[in-house]
Order: sequence, then C-alpha cells, then structure tokens
Amino acid sequence: MIAVLELRDLQQHYPGHRALNGVSLQIPQGRFYSLLGPSGCGKTTTLRLIAGFEQPTSGEVWLGGVCVNGRPPYERNVSTVFQSYALFPHMTVEGNVAFGLRQQGAAHQAASVTRILDLMELRGKEKRYPSELSGGERQRVALARSLVLAPQLLLLDEPLAALDPKLRKQMRHELKELQRRVGITFLFVTHDQEEALAMSDSIAVMNQGRIEQVGSPEDVYLRPATRFVAGFLGAVNWIDGIGLRPEITGIARQAPADVISRAATVVHSTFLGNCIQVMARLDSGEQAVAELARGNGAFQTGEAVHLYWKPADEMRFP
Amino acid sequence: MSRLRFWFLLPARLWLLLLFAFPLAIVCAYSLLERGTYGGVELPWTLENYQRLFDPLYGVIFLRSFVLALAATAICLVLAFPLALFISRAGPRKTLYLHLVILPFWTSFLVRTYAWLFLLRDTGLINTLLQKMKLISQPLPLLYNDGAVLLGLVYGFLPFMVLPLYATLERLDPALLEAAADLGARPWTAFFRVIVPLAGPGIWAGSALVFIPCLGAYLTPDLLGGGKTVMIGNLVQNQFTTARDWPFGAAASLALMALAAGLLAVFMRSRSREFL
Repeated sequence: MIAVLELRDLQQHYPGHRALNGVSLQIPQGRFYSLLGPSGCGKTTTLRLIAGFEQPTSGEVWLGGVCVNGRPPYERNVSTVFQSYALFPHMTVEGNVAFGLRQQGAAHQAASVTRILDLMELRGKEKRYPSELSGGERQRVALARSLVLAPQLLLLDEPLAALDPKLRKQMRHELKELQRRVGITFLFVTHDQEEALAMSDSIAVMNQGRIEQVGSPEDVYLRPATRFVAGFLGAVNWIDGIGLRPEITGIARQAPADVISRAATVVHSTFLGNCIQVMARLDSGEQAVAELARGNGAFQTGEAVHLYWKPADEMRFP
Repeated sequence: MSRLRFWFLLPARLWLLLLFAFPLAIVCAYSLLERGTYGGVELPWTLENYQRLFDPLYGVIFLRSFVLALAATAICLVLAFPLALFISRAGPRKTLYLHLVILPFWTSFLVRTYAWLFLLRDTGLINTLLQKMKLISQPLPLLYNDGAVLLGLVYGFLPFMVLPLYATLERLDPALLEAAADLGARPWTAFFRVIVPLAGPGIWAGSALVFIPCLGAYLTPDLLGGGKTVMIGNLVQNQFTTARDWPFGAAASLALMALAAGLLAVFMRSRSREFL
C-alpha cells in the first residue's frame, strides 16, 4: 500500500542552524499520527516542508506516491490547521469555510459548507466574524475550513495550545473522534506528551532535527528506544543505568520476594491528591521517585526503605 | 484637576481660536461681501460670489482639480502598494527603507519641485540627453501641462500613501497568506482576497492623505503647470493677488474646503463600516 506521506531524508539548514538532520517517515492512510518533541526539535519545520511553505535543503516529500518537491502550497492536496488558526478576520465563518472550495471551483459549495458546519456544530454561526467567536469555536472553524476540502492529509500545528486547559483535554477526545469519523489522515504536531499518548495511533518522537523513535503510544512509553524518548515521554528513575517509571517503582520497609530491590532512605513524601510521591536516596547517592496509591501508608523522612521493581519493567539502553 | 485641564488645554484652544476659527470667520465674511475698488472688501452683503462659482469657466477648474487629485491618488496607490508590501516584509532592513521613504521630507518641497523643472524643461536634463542620443530632434513638451502637474503631485505625495499602507501591512499576520495558499489560492488571488481587504484601513487613510492636499495643491500646478494647468489653489491665489477680488477668492477657498470636508466625511463613513 502507498503511504499517504513519505519523507525521504529531509534536511533543512538555515544560516547557522540545522533545523532538520535527515528526517525519514512513512505515514499510512487513515491514521492519527503525532509528531512529538520539545520546542525547536524541528517538528514545525517538518510540517512547513510538507505543506510547501518552505522547500527543503535536500531530501524529498512524497504525497500519495508523488514527489511534490518544488510544488507550491496551492498545488498540494494537504491542508493545515495553524496554531493561531489564521482565520481570515474579514470573512464570516461561512466565507472562511467556503474560501478553499471557491479556489477549486468546486460544485455544490453551499451544500458542502452546510454539511461541514453541521459536523463541526457551527450551525447558526455562519454570519459571525472570527472576532465574535470563542477560542473553541475558532478552532472548529479552522478545522472545518480545512476538512471541507477533503485533503489527503491534515496537518495540525499544536492546535490545542491556544485553548484553556479544561477545553484542551475535552478537545483531545473530540479531535480523535473527528478523525475517526472523517477518515482523513491527521498529522498532529505537539510538544505535550500526554496529548500525543492520549490521541495517537502512532507517534514519531523528534529531537534535534531527527526522529528518535516511531511507534504506538505503548511502544514509545513502555519501550523507548533512547534515553531521550524515555525522559521526554514521562518521569524516569535512573538506577544503575536502568530506567524505571515511578509508577512501577515499588517502595516498602521490607522488600518482597522475586523482585530486584535496593536499600534507600526517604528524602521526602509529597501528597498529590490522586497519589503520593515518595522520593528516596539510594546508598549509591542516586535519587528515585516511587508513586504510591493513596492509603498505602505514609513514609517519614529519614526512614530506611527498599525500592523494588520487576525485571520486565526495566528500560535498558545501549 | 479641572483647573489643570483648563491650563493644559488653553494653548491649543487659543491656537485654534486665533489661527483657525478667527481667520475662517474672516474668510466667511469676506466671501459674502463685494470687492473693493482697490482690493479689500466693501458692503453690502451678497451671495453673488458663490453664484459665480457655478460659471463653467470655474467649473472646469474644479473638475480638473478633482480629476487630477483622483488620478494622483490612484497612481500613488498603485505605486505605493507593492513598495509598502515589500518594506513590510524586508525584515531587519525595514527601518532603512522607511527612512529612505521619508528622506525627501528633509528638503524643502519648493526646492524639490524646482528640481523637476530642471529635469523636464526644453533645455532640461531629459530633453538634452534624448537629443544628444539623436532619439528626438525637437524637445518633448514635458513641462507646463496636466501630465507634468500630475507627475509633480504623485512625486510629492507618494510617501503619504506609503506610510499608512506600510502601517497596516506590517501588522498583517503572515500566517494568513500561508493559510490562503494552503487553501488553494494562487498568489494573485491571495493578494486581492486577503491582502487588499485587510489593508483597507491603510488604503483609505493613504487615499485621504493624498487626495485632499492634492485637491488644494497650489505650488505644484503653479511651477509645473506654468499657469496653463490651473487648479483651485491657483484660482484662489490669483483672486487674492492679481485679480484683487478677495470676496470671490474667499468663496472659492471655502468651496474647496467644503468639497474636501465632504469627501473626508465619505472616507470616514466607509471606514466606520469596516469589520475591525
């Protein structure tokens, strides 16, 4: 099967700065695919190369089995939801959504607009200007404006970043549900690992202009390929060069049988509402955090304890 | 507090009263009087000066002023838009380019208009060069016509169009243009459907700043039109000096003010209808 998107060894060099250092990627049809990485890792640059806003220094962008290098954005069947949404302030909701259809000279424009506004629950707001909409509504208009064109691939550049935290969590679910309903491949750029884990079928983790790992949320969280991926996707205790997630690191006054354990001293204990985090210092001087369910007893600072874990939970790196 | 306000506002109030309201009242009064035998004004009150304005002789001058001002505004807009767009995208060189745009203001407008005289006249730089190159045998009539006046107006008022356009284009979010391209708009479509509408406030402001002074232009038609291309400003000046008809000059200048104020009101109304 032909990948919707294929990137072949993309390099993007700016004066004094290499944004991309050889990015290769294949995205199959119909996925919710995330590009996850810290700011400045090159994920937005990758998106801009796919959309055609920039041309790569070297390497190739293939869309639906065709190399689109050199093609301007208006000749690529992809659409972008911008971080700022970039809605046209002088056009109504309807005008914004119809903009792309008009460029294509598409038939039945009014019907297509109505259908997508229905889908995005924007009926009744047709005549509003972007300045008269809430943040969530603006985001839905941006999505509608792109989705109405039925692109091969929808690029989303941190679209949840501008929303307040509560709405952001709610939108994760809605966005995922939307992707399932329309069946269009989503390429979602984010620096929020929780967002990527919650929404994606596959995640590509980027760092310093390279892709460190590609896999399912379980793969990248439970079986990270590099120390960077392990650390970026969640908290890690480093004990003797082995990585352990705090939630599978046990703590007890007496170590149970059939586990690996180390003697340690409690540094402090923090009540977090849904759990208790205990930080302990090992005899080697390394510090580690264990996460306990509430009501599993309290540990006092200075108390002698054992940290323990199952061998299967270890994350090892070369 | 209110005492402080009074004293702070006093200079501006005095200024407006003495140098604007009072002279304007004098002009109004003069326009309703008859001309004196040796200049000056005499009673009785009359509306005759205003009736004379409707004479086709003067109608032509008003029409010419209007057309030249409109043409100058249109040409300035067409020339200034790409320039302002270019400067707004010039990154760190913006400041340099903006300084170049306002650089002409450092020299007197009179001197700069005279410079055109030296370029355009029969023995001027352009005609001399063309003749030396044997491209023409007779000097081209570059001076003392409507074209020369239009050139002078465009030259003189171009910066007033560039600056407000720059101010609006500079604030334009580049992501909007990327969005337009992303949604399939070719560069020209994006230009007319996104850039131009969003530059609306700058277009109106620049047009008002060019059109209104052009309508009342006096120096440019006087020097480059050489008395052949007469605009309202020259008419007014003539009445006060050579013709010694102060009441009619006053009526003509008030008509000019009313025309400019009326057009400004139209500009303002169309601006208030904008989405921003």
